[in-house]
Amino acid sequence: MRLDQHPILSFDRGKPITFTFDGKPVNANEGESIAAALHAAGYKTLSHSLKLGRPRGFFCAIGKCSSCMMQVNGIPNVKTCMVLAEEGMDVRTQHGWGELKNKPSSRTYPRREMPLLETDVAVVGAGPAGLSAAIYASKFGAKVLVFEENTKVGGQLIKQTHMFFGSRDHHAGVRGIDIGDKLISQLGDNVEIMTETPVVGYYAPGELAVIRDHRLHRVRAKKIIVATGASENMLALPNNDLPGVYGAGAVQTLMNVYGVLPGKRMLMVGAGNIGVIVAYQALQAGVDVAAVVEALPVIGAYQVHASKLRRCGVPILTRHTIQTTWGDGQVEGATIVRLDDNWRQIPGTEQDIACDTICLSVGLKPTVEIFFQAGCSMAKIPELGGDIPIRNEFMETSVEGLYVAGDASSIEEASSAMLEGRLAGLDAVEKLKGSSDELQELKNHVKESLDELRAGPFGEKIRQGEKKLQEEASRL
Amino acid sequence: MSSYLNQGYLDIEDITVPTEERFAKGAVAVIECVQNIPCNPCTDACPRKAITIEGSINNIPNIDFDLCNGCGICVAQCPGLAIFLIDKTFGEETATIGMPYEFLPLPEKGEEVTLLDRAGNECGRGRVTNVRNTKAMDRTPVVFLEVDKDAAMRVRFFRRDSK
Repeated sequence: MRLDQHPILSFDRGKPITFTFDGKPVNANEGESIAAALHAAGYKTLSHSLKLGRPRGFFCAIGKCSSCMMQVNGIPNVKTCMVLAEEGMDVRTQHGWGELKNKPSSRTYPRREMPLLETDVAVVGAGPAGLSAAIYASKFGAKVLVFEENTKVGGQLIKQTHMFFGSRDHHAGVRGIDIGDKLISQLGDNVEIMTETPVVGYYAPGELAVIRDHRLHRVRAKKIIVATGASENMLALPNNDLPGVYGAGAVQTLMNVYGVLPGKRMLMVGAGNIGVIVAYQALQAGVDVAAVVEALPVIGAYQVHASKLRRCGVPILTRHTIQTTWGDGQVEGATIVRLDDNWRQIPGTEQDIACDTICLSVGLKPTVEIFFQAGCSMAKIPELGGDIPIRNEFMETSVEGLYVAGDASSIEEASSAMLEGRLAGLDAVEKLKGSSDELQELKNHVKESLDELRAGPFGEKIRQGEKKLQEEASRL
Repeated sequence: MSSYLNQGYLDIEDITVPTEERFAKGAVAVIECVQNIPCNPCTDACPRKAITIEGSINNIPNIDFDLCNGCGICVAQCPGLAIFLIDKTFGEETATIGMPYEFLPLPEKGEEVTLLDRAGNECGRGRVTNVRNTKAMDRTPVVFLEVDKDAAMRVRFFRRDSK
């Protein structure tokens, strides 16, 4: 199930390696996550639910859903979508909560000083928003440390094979996969990116806890910019936990990062931009797309995206939803059904679709735990994706020196995420190093660009959300 | 409600079509992008500045069919893959359509293919006359198909015969 050719991507397969899965040998390539390598070998079931023992595969593939946790080299609860396969690794299905073997007793547990990392600006997350913040903060003299839990830099850009919209200033016409490289090339010498380094806590004032090389580190930063992105929404339906039900981003990760097919035939749920784009990308990878179903009466995606999928012969069924999915241990099919104007399923309109993959593209939720922990004033604004930190026009939250940017602040396009990152980076460095005409000019320009991007009818929801956010902010 | 919001593809009435007089002069680009989305690379792509977006980046592109000389550079540059190059002067009875094609394997010159309309429905057979795929096109090759002249504004995709 590994792709050997792709119209957009070329996959640099690493050195062949072998690890074991429950004692059986699995062939993989260096650079593949354990979960992707297992997928390529045909293993979709990675864990089991704790109470009922139902089989689970991964849903998100970016370390957020926890359904890929396995025991690796004796260590339980390893998110196998985030850890690269290594020669000779012992990967096992985990039963129950998992237990750390050979745990030292509390008396012998070594007490160690936590290493301390100091910086002007700490950025959490190396996606489009975080990298943009780092570029602009460093451009005006700040020392920047970027923490990224993934093995790769670029966030979700690394799986976006399509050309981006917007204007040239926001890298329009360039494929997402290439924008990440462009951003990295713009980073100054005073920026250091630490991959495989998750941030696990915020401690006032201005300290982060990060895990690096299996060791807890303290980070002391004068300003912190959090660009943690978002996680994909699940849809409530019978058997939605069957292996073979994925979030759209997980399908992209498999196909476009690792060159591994999620399956042979897919049903896409959700006809927003992401659903329609990922359905098209599935066709490009050689997956048959049975249909796209959309509960709304209209297609949410840009017409041009929908058109390029339709002319390939893929139906987009509005006012349809997925009723159930079924299969013995993994997805073998789904039943879709028509909805009436009151969102009720119309009996007798059920239709069975044979497929081994169900891709859910039903919205995203900002990843905001760190803001709750920091005690930021939060607001629930559905137009922006749900719970988000209240922030000012320069992306600073109610906790002084703590900024937000990108999908963590509102679910939007990568182009807006980059602009929000620039804004946060500029404001942070201005407060640290002082202002200048050049900096002010840039700040104004970025704000104008952001307003321009949101000016059209597709920005309507965001504008409403922004308005609500300002009202919340004025009440603080 | 515009039908494309529900069906996902445009009807011919939604599209600004060049006059037959202009078609008679040679290849011309047809832009099938009718929604107010924030996007403008087409305006930078055109070396003759035939494509313009006035005011906000969210406005829809206008193309001056008389300025357009049918070079086709914009076809591979449009992020929405929404520009087609129509040449009704190709043959007595036939026209060519240049369309972006981001799939593998690429068809070969001379190959016969099944033609598809905007809804993906089959609408006859056509022949590949050319495949343009330069480095500047950045992995968006443009495939040219010879079709019946009256199908020039209907055919928008194709399917290769399975080998």
